[in-house]
Amino acid sequence: MINYIWLFMIISGVVAAAAQGQMDLVTQAALKGAKDGVAVCIGLISILVFWLGIMRIAQDAGLLKVLARLLGPVVRLLFPDVPRDHPAMGYIVSNMSANLFGLGNAATPMGMKAMEELQKLNPDPKVATPAMCTLLALNTSSLTLIPTTMIGLRMDLGSTEPTAIIGTTLVATFCSSLAAILLDRWFRRRMSRRMES
Amino acid sequence: MMQTISFLSAIAIPAILAFIPLYALVRGVPAYESFVEGAKEGFPTAIQIIPHLVGMMVAVSIFRETGALQFYLSLFKPLLAWIHFPEEVLPLGLLRPITGTGALAYAENLMSTYGPDSFLGRLAATMQGSTDTTLYVLTVYFGAVGIRRSLYAVKVGLLADLTGVLASWMIVLWVFGG
Repeated sequence: MINYIWLFMIISGVVAAAAQGQMDLVTQAALKGAKDGVAVCIGLISILVFWLGIMRIAQDAGLLKVLARLLGPVVRLLFPDVPRDHPAMGYIVSNMSANLFGLGNAATPMGMKAMEELQKLNPDPKVATPAMCTLLALNTSSLTLIPTTMIGLRMDLGSTEPTAIIGTTLVATFCSSLAAILLDRWFRRRMSRRMES
Repeated sequence: MMQTISFLSAIAIPAILAFIPLYALVRGVPAYESFVEGAKEGFPTAIQIIPHLVGMMVAVSIFRETGALQFYLSLFKPLLAWIHFPEEVLPLGLLRPITGTGALAYAENLMSTYGPDSFLGRLAATMQGSTDTTLYVLTVYFGAVGIRRSLYAVKVGLLADLTGVLASWMIVLWVFGG
């Protein structure tokens, strides 16, 4: 899909430039895009180094484990069909905690471990289970508490108030996560009703 | 509510910065050494995304600078105008579920064009923070365990992204004004 979208953007651009008889626009835009891409990455180094450092302290000090204990009841509510002491639970909680802190790098490996464990409970390994869909819903709706990348980018672009968007992001992310959980529940119920009939 | 939000925004980072090392101290964990250990991962991560970001920003740049984007957006204009949604942000909403780096590149572009503290800059940042790369997450997670049929996961993910976009728009409009 991403391949098609990438190609779509480039081909439409070339066609648009050709239609205006200004093919040099494409070359200029390509070089500008490449330059900007590198510049953004270099600008992100400082913020990534900084936050990954802070998050490692939290991990080493056991804060992530404390969070796992706090989130336990919520997770049991969200994943009613996963046995309480199943190893999947631990990975799900770690994945959620890492997401909450915007630790995408830590969240992805933990989420994949959770998937592996959920797959062990799956009667048909080719078809997703409702628990897997819930895990995905939580991950695709973005549970981030502190949008670190955005704060870093805003700092880099000379914002006078780079953290001003924390509050608005928190509210918006709460809405999208709530929507994801409710939709997940709704689809889950609809599916089980269909299976009964 | 608005005061609470801006207050939380102001104290969130300092509070976390003070709390985490203090907690480590209490637990007898060498905070500085942990920091350095974790921070080491930051540099390779940033370098790793260069090819993705350059690739996507080249395409996005061509798509925008040649006027192709404007053409497609003009098709959506009547609908956006009808609900008063800022049309500049539409591509970000469309890119977000498909490509994380592409959306990041586009958000960067919006913030540098209009300024990070402008309405559009804040909206771009909020949208970026409240939605996720649904198709990527789906591919990685389901691909890892060999799931072929994803049931309703795609629908839930995309509808949640739509909710995130609309919620961002409304909350930024409410807190910072148009």
